[in-house]
Amino acid sequence: MSGAKLKEDLEQLAADTVERAIAGGATDAECTISEGEEFSVGVRLREVESLKEAGSRGAGIRVLVGQRAGSSYTSDLSPEGVAKMVGAALALARITGEDPHAGLPESADLGRIDGDLQLYDDAIARMSTEWKIEQATAAEKAALDFDPRVQNSEGASFDSHIGRRVFANSRGFVGSYRTSSCGLSVVPVAKDDSGMERDYWHTSSRMARGLESAELVGRRAAERAIRRLGARKVATQKVPVIFEPRTGRSLLGDLFGAVNGSAIYKDASFLAGKLGQKIGAETLTVVDDATLPGLFGTAPFDDEGVASRRTVVIDKGVLKSYLLNTYTGRKLGMKSTGSASRGITGNAGVGPGNFFLEAGSQTPEQLIANVRNGFYVTELIGGGGNTVTGDYSSGAAGLWIENGELTYPVSGITIAGNLKQMLMDVEQVGSDLEFRSSIAAPTIVIREMTISGE
Amino acid sequence: MGFSQSFFAARFGLSERDLESYLSEALSAGGDYADLYFEYLATSSIGIDEGIVKSATEGVTLGVGIRVIVGERTGYAYSDDLSPEKIRKAARVAACIAKGPASVVRSGFEEAQAHNLYPMLRAPNEMGLEERVSLVKRADEAARAYDKRVFQVQATYADSLRNVLIATSEGRLSFDRQPMARMSVMALAREDRGSPQHGYAGGGGRVLLDYFLSDKTPEFFAREAARQAIVQLSAVDAPAGETTVVLGPGWPGILLHEAVGHGLEADFNRKGTSAFSGRVGQQVASPLCTVVDNGTIRHDAGGGRRGSLNVDDEGMPTQENVLIENGVLRGYLQDKLSSRLMKTSSTGSGRRESYQHIPMPRMTNTYMLAGQSDPEEIVRSVKKGLYCATFGGGQVDITSGNFVFSATESYLIEDGKLTSPVRGASLIGNGPEALKYVSMVGNDLKLDEGIGVCGKEGQSVPVGVGIPTVRIDKMTVGGTAA
Repeated sequence: MSGAKLKEDLEQLAADTVERAIAGGATDAECTISEGEEFSVGVRLREVESLKEAGSRGAGIRVLVGQRAGSSYTSDLSPEGVAKMVGAALALARITGEDPHAGLPESADLGRIDGDLQLYDDAIARMSTEWKIEQATAAEKAALDFDPRVQNSEGASFDSHIGRRVFANSRGFVGSYRTSSCGLSVVPVAKDDSGMERDYWHTSSRMARGLESAELVGRRAAERAIRRLGARKVATQKVPVIFEPRTGRSLLGDLFGAVNGSAIYKDASFLAGKLGQKIGAETLTVVDDATLPGLFGTAPFDDEGVASRRTVVIDKGVLKSYLLNTYTGRKLGMKSTGSASRGITGNAGVGPGNFFLEAGSQTPEQLIANVRNGFYVTELIGGGGNTVTGDYSSGAAGLWIENGELTYPVSGITIAGNLKQMLMDVEQVGSDLEFRSSIAAPTIVIREMTISGE
Repeated sequence: MGFSQSFFAARFGLSERDLESYLSEALSAGGDYADLYFEYLATSSIGIDEGIVKSATEGVTLGVGIRVIVGERTGYAYSDDLSPEKIRKAARVAACIAKGPASVVRSGFEEAQAHNLYPMLRAPNEMGLEERVSLVKRADEAARAYDKRVFQVQATYADSLRNVLIATSEGRLSFDRQPMARMSVMALAREDRGSPQHGYAGGGGRVLLDYFLSDKTPEFFAREAARQAIVQLSAVDAPAGETTVVLGPGWPGILLHEAVGHGLEADFNRKGTSAFSGRVGQQVASPLCTVVDNGTIRHDAGGGRRGSLNVDDEGMPTQENVLIENGVLRGYLQDKLSSRLMKTSSTGSGRRESYQHIPMPRMTNTYMLAGQSDPEEIVRSVKKGLYCATFGGGQVDITSGNFVFSATESYLIEDGKLTSPVRGASLIGNGPEALKYVSMVGNDLKLDEGIGVCGKEGQSVPVGVGIPTVRIDKMTVGGTAA
């Protein structure tokens, strides 16, 4: 079936499903359909280890009967399957409670941004299986060839995904968009007399041309695994901590949780009630922008049909906005920021567009050079931040910084603090912002955290 | 029950001949082994927030996953359409992993032995919707009634029924109807103007809704969530550095899941990437420690534990597997692929998230057997340390062996007594080392309430854990207090 025909058919199906719900007694309804194809190949020690290829579809409906909501979903898109789905949602809306804030977005808030957002690249659909196998093989080879201490690997994989998301509601919104993505990763295992360590490197993009080369991916992964060999614990102490972008992203994830409207209206965030207040250092400007072309957090509209936009969340340390869908906006007496997010069914939650910390001016090397004695975090394991209290504690591995230089590897330790203080303590932000996922950060320097070790 | 009465035969008209023909298609380019995994999953959930039942969802997914194994290679494809032409197409895609003449499929199937661990089944939505509403409302009310400082409550009840049919080219045929139900409650509490604190409790298993009417009521989970939130109101900063740790019984068994369980999954050991690789027969824990993974256990009240299964997701009956016996590493958790390659047998540990996923060796219910010590005596033996009653999640790097788990309710131990509650903190240790510091094991083995979800390579499966009270002489605690 041609792309255009499929788009038309699925949009029609979504609109018809909404209509069927209204005919069945719903006062409002919204329908999401998602379809996609996935491919992945795993290569280990130069041999293909697994090949997977398949496609699937699903539809979900949420109905409102007055102020009561009910939802259901199905993977059976036949007329019978859809009818059952609608019937189930309507039955459920009879048992839920009257929620004065429940409802669809106002018609005026529905919309989409125009122009090519570069979310779909046909070149990914056209990639041959042989080429994808070659990429994974080359990435692993580059890792295995990099150093004699890399003799083993958990393998390399190349995966690709092509999908389409369709949304319709009873306020007249019908829209859809296609996405594509591909990714290459490798997990080498390094070994010497001191023991065994693994690390990984990963590249992914919505565009075929956006991937880093297989050689680079393999080399970086191997470098990272090797530099962890001989890792030791350090003494318990308070020192400056530098998060590289890969680990800094996790801090931004914790921050996202704290500005998520669902946590704010329940008073379940340490940032609730802090709008307009200084909650972080001058260096801290955080933006959510779902309009940036070609990125993983970009879409023309959110998961309830509200147009995507750019929202400044923190401006030079001052909390400017929460991230809201229609429901959490109503609860707080505010407008949606176009941040509705859900699978294919249920009440919408709040999700990130591209949620990122704006880059600073110094390179990571310059930031490291400023630290006399500190810890450079390359991996976080377990733990994380508590959105309610701000308490932060996580296992960590990385490199010790002495006199402005990265020295020996460290593992088996934890880093701890409180996010409220950590936001105030963001001393510097690096120039190395890259959008590897919908949450992104450059290198972050925190003035002081507690290291627990020996 | 015979195949002809099984769910897929009755509902989709599948015959043994159909299964043989799909398997033949899967092996049409050769291969050592092929299997089909048919799945029909019906789920339902209901949630209350701010005293209003705001959400109720039901849904159905179905599909078939087809796998072909050739040596170390796996080809996999799936279809959410069970029409014969779509299944054949998926079989041909999975067959692409092999490049040779067709392999022969054994003619005729034998129905595999299976346990009978679950209660008499009804479809999940045969219990009235009103009863579900009542469960979450009762939880909401009980948490609020526990203490006037509780100001937010969320409760969810969710259940599912998964029908599976597994057919292999070796002629094994297995089917199962796997129920799962779970209740969870989150409470927030605060003093007048203080900052809020969080409490969480939940449980369930391969049980039906009536489990929550008779055995573990919504009030039980609600009070527990509220109690935890209230305890946290007076918590002090957690200590930083190495200290003696006492784990309370039950959910703290997640230590075993992270510290040893993952490292003993056969795929990592076959590839030599686990810190436990090649260490069978070695002392990896104190002689007080015997750790098992057991997929066959039930609740006292009947019904299976959360990690229990009549058959694993490759159609093999689950079993009790001894991982560590008196501190000595005994064996690995095997699935079909790894056991073939390591020339041993499956331990009934092949699991997958759904028909869209390739099976892997996974844990079921992982726990340490009870020891001799009186739990109170264990606490009394510690001059200065940390007592951990409840945990959040955990994670492990199986190659270095470093693992982390997050304590959500713990107390300082001072001169043999529990004193102040402490704020949440991560604990970190190294798998092959940590259990060597176990110096006392209590006689109070307890299994968790049934809330565990284990993630591996992007696949989530339900699991259980358990542990008696245990003293660990040395562990690193990631707090901020000097």
